[in-house]
Amino acid sequence: MNAEYMIRTEDLTKVFGNFTAVDKMNIEIMPGQIFGFLGANGAGKTTAIRMLCGLLKPSSGKAMVAGYDVRVDSEAIKRKIGYMSQRFSLYDDLSIGENIRFYSGIYQVPYKVAMERAKDSLKMVGLDLSMKVMTGSLPLGFKQRLALVCALLHDPPLLILDEPTSGVDPMARRAFWNVINSLAEQGKTIIVSTHFMDEAEYCHRLIIMRSGSVLVDDSPRALKEKYGSRNMQELFLLLAGAVNE
Amino acid sequence: MNTINIEHLCYYYDKVQALDDVSLSVIEGEIHGLIGPDSAGKTTLMRILCGLMPTQEGKVSVLSLDSDDFMQIRSLIGYMPQRFSLYQDLSVAENLKFFARLFNVPAGERDKRMQDLYAFSHLEEFSGRRAGALSGGMKQKLALSCALIHRPRLLILDEPTYGVDPVSRQEFWQMLKQIQGDGTTILVSTPYMDEAELCDRVSLINGGKILESDTLTNIRSKWNRKVFSFSAPNLKQLFGVLEPLAESCQLFGNEIHIVIPNASAAQSLDIIKSRVEGIKYRYEEIESSMEDIFLSYMNPGVWRVS
Ligand SMILES: Nc1ncnc2c1ncn2[C@@H]1O[C@H](COP(=O)(O)OP(=O)(O)OP(=O)(O)O)[C@@H](O)[C@H]1O
Ligand SMILES: [Mg+2]
Repeated sequence: MNAEYMIRTEDLTKVFGNFTAVDKMNIEIMPGQIFGFLGANGAGKTTAIRMLCGLLKPSSGKAMVAGYDVRVDSEAIKRKIGYMSQRFSLYDDLSIGENIRFYSGIYQVPYKVAMERAKDSLKMVGLDLSMKVMTGSLPLGFKQRLALVCALLHDPPLLILDEPTSGVDPMARRAFWNVINSLAEQGKTIIVSTHFMDEAEYCHRLIIMRSGSVLVDDSPRALKEKYGSRNMQELFLLLAGAVNE
Repeated sequence: MNTINIEHLCYYYDKVQALDDVSLSVIEGEIHGLIGPDSAGKTTLMRILCGLMPTQEGKVSVLSLDSDDFMQIRSLIGYMPQRFSLYQDLSVAENLKFFARLFNVPAGERDKRMQDLYAFSHLEEFSGRRAGALSGGMKQKLALSCALIHRPRLLILDEPTYGVDPVSRQEFWQMLKQIQGDGTTILVSTPYMDEAELCDRVSLINGGKILESDTLTNIRSKWNRKVFSFSAPNLKQLFGVLEPLAESCQLFGNEIHIVIPNASAAQSLDIIKSRVEGIKYRYEEIESSMEDIFLSYMNPGVWRVS
């Protein structure tokens, strides 16, 4: 398989019982790309993401992530990926510093190194708080940024962010996307799922999923031209609109 | 008659002031939006209205009842908290039936409402699936459906569309309008500014203070600013030129919106045109959206309106 891809899947499929959640997914993601996962609720975004992270075994098909096969090397893959789950998995009853210590353990990064990186990342995301502050007391937009800081502790080349901005207000969403852009400029590859169609415009490339299948896979501009839509909102309503037709 | 009346309400968590002299009314029959950034005080306000937290200072009345009568208030209103828990081990249909029973919805009525709710949620085909095995947004839609299965006089919804996809959000709002038509008053908070535009009136809240409480039309005219939308093949370059020239300059997907005070609009626009010479661009004046206004209010230093 070609090593220039950060991610490449071949007919990647997940079946739960007799229900197919992801159906023969074929995607290719290049290093440094911001790659969007769009689709209606239940389309299969999170299921696909969990397979790419090595958290969920594919039923069939293949996925290479950062040069490793997800079925064989899921441990190696975890070290290459910074993953933010749909509801940021921080511990509310731990302080900021304790969350960072916890995740440095999970990612097996020496505590001192992790702390240094965390300080840089906290600055980058604009969080200027004491390490002693309890995570549970933070507003959602702060938790989201702290979760990103934790996902960056092991300096992974690939970030996988599942709905990082859901429930976040417009100001905080813009600040978050500034950070995503600068991470991509530093060369990181980023997969991001979102239900905000203005954010879809900021992706270099994106897929729209429906009922487990990839409907379209292109740059926002090419897609808008192809379907004659003014913006991604219009395009999404056009393509994903008939959910259960 | 007002369904909710709030006068000079203050609330403190220890030393942190979460609500600062909030006065607000929700008119009977309206959909009222509570719009503000994270930790603005929306959830605190809603929890006080539901009698889940005491009033410390100020006066609150809900459905003409004093906040001391919170037991009675609770029996008359429907409340959906930000993190609503479903029964993960019950199926979709069982969850709906459970909440229908809890709210004493007669069986015939219940079945009709379940059909209406399925039309919005598209969950019928998954009615036998355990709630725990639903996707994030499907769980949210089921939680919403459970909150909407009865017809209380007042519905209080805290960020109901968290993680809900654009198509379902549209359908959800059609459903809210239908419930409003049945005579229910609705107070709803949301981080989606396009949803704020669907409310009859909105209250902008930040730092525990109400900044505005009115119809969007009135808020817009008080705001006294013009918005221009620019687009260009090279947005980044254009952004760099526009940013120092406008009161506020924001990226909106594949457009840049700039805000200019009404009084100096013509003048500013001339300056802008002379500066962007040589760059390919298009622009038009557009009606200000809730998001334009929200961002302008929230940007420190800029929002001193009137
Ligand atoms: N453990 C499971 N057992 C059965 N079905 C499952 C399981 N996990 C997920 N599913 C189903 O797979 C489908 C895809 O779910 P997934 O979480 O991938 O959707 P999504 O695109 O992330 O949606 P959302 O936008 O709501 O987050 C859904 O129908 C869901 O109910
Ligand atoms: Mg998901």
